[in-house]
Amino acid sequence: MSLKQNLHNLKEKYRGTKMEQSFNALHTFLYLPNMTTHGGTHVKDATDLKRVMNTVIMAMVPVLIFGMFNAGYQHFGQINGFDAVEFFTIENLILGLTKILPILIVSYGVGLGIEFIFATVKKHEVEEGYLVTGMLVPLIMPIDLPLWMLAVAVAFGVVIGKELFGGTGMNILNPALTIRAFLFFNWAAWMSGDKVWVHGAVDGVKNTAGTDAISGETILGSLAANKEVGYSTYDMFMGFIPGSIGETSTFLILLGGLFLILTGIGSARIMLSAVIGAAVMGLIFNGLVDSGVILEGSKFYSLMNFPFWQHLIVGGIAFGIVYMATDPVSAAQTNTGKIIYGFLIGFFSIMIRVFNPAYPEGVMMAILLLNVFAPTIDHYVVQANVKRRMKRLKVKTA
Amino acid sequence: MVKFARFEKLVLTISSINMSKDIRIKKGLDLKLKGEAEKSVSDVARSKVYAIKPSDFHGVTPKMVVKEGASVKAGEVVFYSKNDEAVKFVSPVSGTIQEIKRGEKRVILEILIAADSQDTFVEHSKKNPKDLSAQEVKEQLLASGAWPFIVQRPYDVVANSADTPKAIFVSGINSAPLEADLEFTMAGKQEALTAGLTALTKLTSGKVHVTVGPNATFLPSVDGVTVHKAQGVHPVGLVSTQIGKIDPINKGEKVWVVQMEDVAIIGNLFLTGKLIQTKTIALAGSGFEKPSYVNVTFGAQIADVVAGNLKDGNYRIISGDVLTGDQKSKEGFIGFYHNTMTVIPEGDDYDFFGWNLPRPNKFSVYRANMFSFLTPNKKYDLNTNTNGEHRGFVLTGEYEKVCPLDIYPMQLLKSILVKDIDQMEALGIYEVAPEDFALTEYVCVSKQDHQRIVREGLDVMIKEVG
Repeated sequence: MSLKQNLHNLKEKYRGTKMEQSFNALHTFLYLPNMTTHGGTHVKDATDLKRVMNTVIMAMVPVLIFGMFNAGYQHFGQINGFDAVEFFTIENLILGLTKILPILIVSYGVGLGIEFIFATVKKHEVEEGYLVTGMLVPLIMPIDLPLWMLAVAVAFGVVIGKELFGGTGMNILNPALTIRAFLFFNWAAWMSGDKVWVHGAVDGVKNTAGTDAISGETILGSLAANKEVGYSTYDMFMGFIPGSIGETSTFLILLGGLFLILTGIGSARIMLSAVIGAAVMGLIFNGLVDSGVILEGSKFYSLMNFPFWQHLIVGGIAFGIVYMATDPVSAAQTNTGKIIYGFLIGFFSIMIRVFNPAYPEGVMMAILLLNVFAPTIDHYVVQANVKRRMKRLKVKTA
Repeated sequence: MVKFARFEKLVLTISSINMSKDIRIKKGLDLKLKGEAEKSVSDVARSKVYAIKPSDFHGVTPKMVVKEGASVKAGEVVFYSKNDEAVKFVSPVSGTIQEIKRGEKRVILEILIAADSQDTFVEHSKKNPKDLSAQEVKEQLLASGAWPFIVQRPYDVVANSADTPKAIFVSGINSAPLEADLEFTMAGKQEALTAGLTALTKLTSGKVHVTVGPNATFLPSVDGVTVHKAQGVHPVGLVSTQIGKIDPINKGEKVWVVQMEDVAIIGNLFLTGKLIQTKTIALAGSGFEKPSYVNVTFGAQIADVVAGNLKDGNYRIISGDVLTGDQKSKEGFIGFYHNTMTVIPEGDDYDFFGWNLPRPNKFSVYRANMFSFLTPNKKYDLNTNTNGEHRGFVLTGEYEKVCPLDIYPMQLLKSILVKDIDQMEALGIYEVAPEDFALTEYVCVSKQDHQRIVREGLDVMIKEVG
């Protein structure tokens, strides 16, 4: 008997038992089910939610692999000097793998585990939403984050952030950002500052002179402290800089964004308007400096003076705009709403980045804030349609 | 000034009388399927049994007039609607009532009529509808059993015989996948169409709107009928799309809708005095040996219609098109409103990694590892697989791409799911029929049954608002 037939028999065997949901989740991973249409359209589009989620994951794979190389590159570069180390080396990759693979495994293991439990208890199919969340989570983490913290945060994010609202499609906040925000507010020392962004900084790896070899400071961190930025624009754009695992390479994120737009899965409206929103806020800050409102010596000087376009290629803003703001469930759902929603995310990201004294990055808070306001934005957009309808009625009856 | 204002008003009135619109539909989708019907027509052998199915007429509770064993003429009343007793449903053939099939709670499922070898018709008066009053036209339609051809919007149900609609709409375009081509099936029926459309003009206080394709030639010019031209992708042929562009339905308004094929039957009723329930339908889809057109009588048994023309294998027979039709077996009967019968392969098989690998034999509007966008003119042999499991609503902005109506499809669906009547009304439930959500259902990655949801929403509105 073939595998197909064996699995089919098992499916029949588990029907109605506690094993049903878990088995089906694995079965449908191997085989597109044999279900046929009934009662509605007789044919359906070849794309389902799994295929959509798979596409989003594909868009993130290059960023993940780059993140692994960069983990090693930042670590060895700081110890041995960046002139002495190459980027694409086995050594870098191995260090990245040993640090990032466990994070990936914990993220998927805990998250999917909870999804399976909820599916079994609530007797619904295991839904695919977490496949993307589970991939997003490692990409927005600092590399040295203790795994137990991650596990606790993932559990919180999935249970409180998603399942309590009814599961995939019902949540208000982006689950991956809920997880990150939970970590940030509980263990801020592990999520910010100059110790966590490069592997080894926390452990205080020493160089030959006996001083700390590794500074994990990010570019935004340097700017917030009004220090010099020691990276070229090319480094910033390509991603050879410290930061969360997947956020550094604007170049690859841009490619991922293009891929999402071309496949029709990611919203170009949100991405473009967010870039415009961020640029506008950046230009306003640049203008404040140029017109002499903010003087050198102000604690905001460096961040405000940072050219608006460079704001777009450092920190997590590019990653947030492409992969997190576009989450269709937590974003605005109307086309007009998406433009407003995206613009405000970009706008607030830069604003929070500049004004937040504790942590010079704003995209996480901006997206979570706009997640909350997305239904309100949609409400007003839809009301325009409703009013048009009401007006037609009044004209008729007048 | 006063004079000028009056003059303007006059100009406005005149221009609104003759105002025909050019409609272009860009939002939508033409599914290109294999098995288009060849433009040749043959007669189907007479079935032994014909059927009338009350379920073809949504919301009608039948009250039987004849008993099992009674003999009926073609056009003789079999049952009437309990809620609107003037609306009668008549036998398509002459014969004997063979069986009244009932289901749970004695609901009547089918009335089977064993056909005589030849039809004798109930005779009605032969009159040019031009010379009849509105009341006389109405009476003839009701008495003859032609009334159920008239469908009311909102709600997509058989029209209430006591109403006078604000307008009547007839679509002269069939745009659903593989649907019968009206240019072919209506050719040479000018006389009947003229009589039928003239009859319709009597029934409304407003206008009769007919929308045809840019190059249509089958439609005669009829007094009192406004002709609009429309082109574009499906759902350009759906009447809601046309109503939305021409004169949208507001709360409290009613419009009537008649299919072009049925207008010809109504016309013939006035020309001949007989309700001859036959039409030319398309047999289409990859499951037919020879997709072509046939002349059939209403309620014919499907086995007789498809006899000798079906391929061997696992196929699904659909009365109607692939988006809105009803699944049938060979023992089933053609649906009352259907102008097409489609046969496509069943898809009840597993597909190894079918959820992520490219599938050249399937079609997707998305480019998620699917490359059908590279071959826009390729014709597909789609099967009935759902291509995935039912999920919550996730993707947004996709329904809007295939919905030309001025509504928010997902928001409306969600308001129906929570039965929020005020919200449904505000979001435009009066402007839609289930068929308008067939394309959104097709593209839905969450595999939700949009048409069922809309039907339930409309039923809630009938109950609560009426």
